[in-house]
Amino acid sequence: MKQSEFLNVVMPFKDKLYRLAKRLLVSREEAEDATQEILMKLWSKNESMGQYKNVEAFAMTMTKNFCLDRLKSKQAGNLKLVHSNYSDENTSLQRQLEAEDSVQWMERIMQELPEQQKMVLQLRDVEQYEFEEICELMDMKPTAVRVALSRARKTVRQELIKKHSYGIG
Amino acid sequence: MALDNIEKLLEKYFEASTTVAEEQQLREYFAQESVPAHLEQYKPMFNYFSNAKEERFTKQVPLKTRSNLYKWISVAAVAVLTFGIYLGNEYQERKKAEYAYQETKKAFELLAENFGRGTEKVAYLKEFEEAKQKIYNNN
Repeated sequence: MKQSEFLNVVMPFKDKLYRLAKRLLVSREEAEDATQEILMKLWSKNESMGQYKNVEAFAMTMTKNFCLDRLKSKQAGNLKLVHSNYSDENTSLQRQLEAEDSVQWMERIMQELPEQQKMVLQLRDVEQYEFEEICELMDMKPTAVRVALSRARKTVRQELIKKHSYGIG
Repeated sequence: MALDNIEKLLEKYFEASTTVAEEQQLREYFAQESVPAHLEQYKPMFNYFSNAKEERFTKQVPLKTRSNLYKWISVAAVAVLTFGIYLGNEYQERKKAEYAYQETKKAFELLAENFGRGTEKVAYLKEFEEAKQKIYNNN
């Protein structure tokens, strides 16, 4: 496969890889490195890439596994991922800041979710994958995917209601 | 869209039994400016999902075509080198040959000079011969 062909295949979903990586690793730099790593791994496999019927699913699975490994090794090394993507919550009255704040809030809520739910929510609600695709990617049964997704959504709702009724930001 | 429809969809949504299309409807609904007060709390959620999809991977990935380039450069370098060595050798040989030629030429010149001197001396012999003939003839 030529480089241009490869890019044509990879371009449409490279952002998805990045967003999944960022969801898991939180830090932008880490996510960029991970995505780069995955793309380079894919490129080194480009000879055999024609064999995969769904390169995107393959790449997403690679990203998932790579990031989970990454997280495991970080935890084992007793290192916390450093992320500076959101600033501390500031209680501004301006509407624009409010909106920004709620985005940060959402990000934080999603960070608190267990990894599996985090990924399912990301794949479904951000990337709009079908259930079958998520099952394949996550190596989960359809019912398990539904349960995880439902739990994740409900947790997010609960947190949002909590925040809403406190009326912060 | 009718409000009760949205409420129904929301219910289904939290049971994870909505389709992708229905979820798209929800996102579109919550993207509008004002929603009823009791639904306001869901707004950040759906807006966030829509926003999150906007994030782009902008870093350039150095694909290893450079190694390919390096390969060709090294091939070219080897070719140039062998050609250079070949030409250099040839040049050196020519130099050597020229030197040998000059040396032989010098040697031959030396020889020729000495020959010349030899023939000069032989010229005297001729004189002697003539004189001898004269003497013979007179007798």
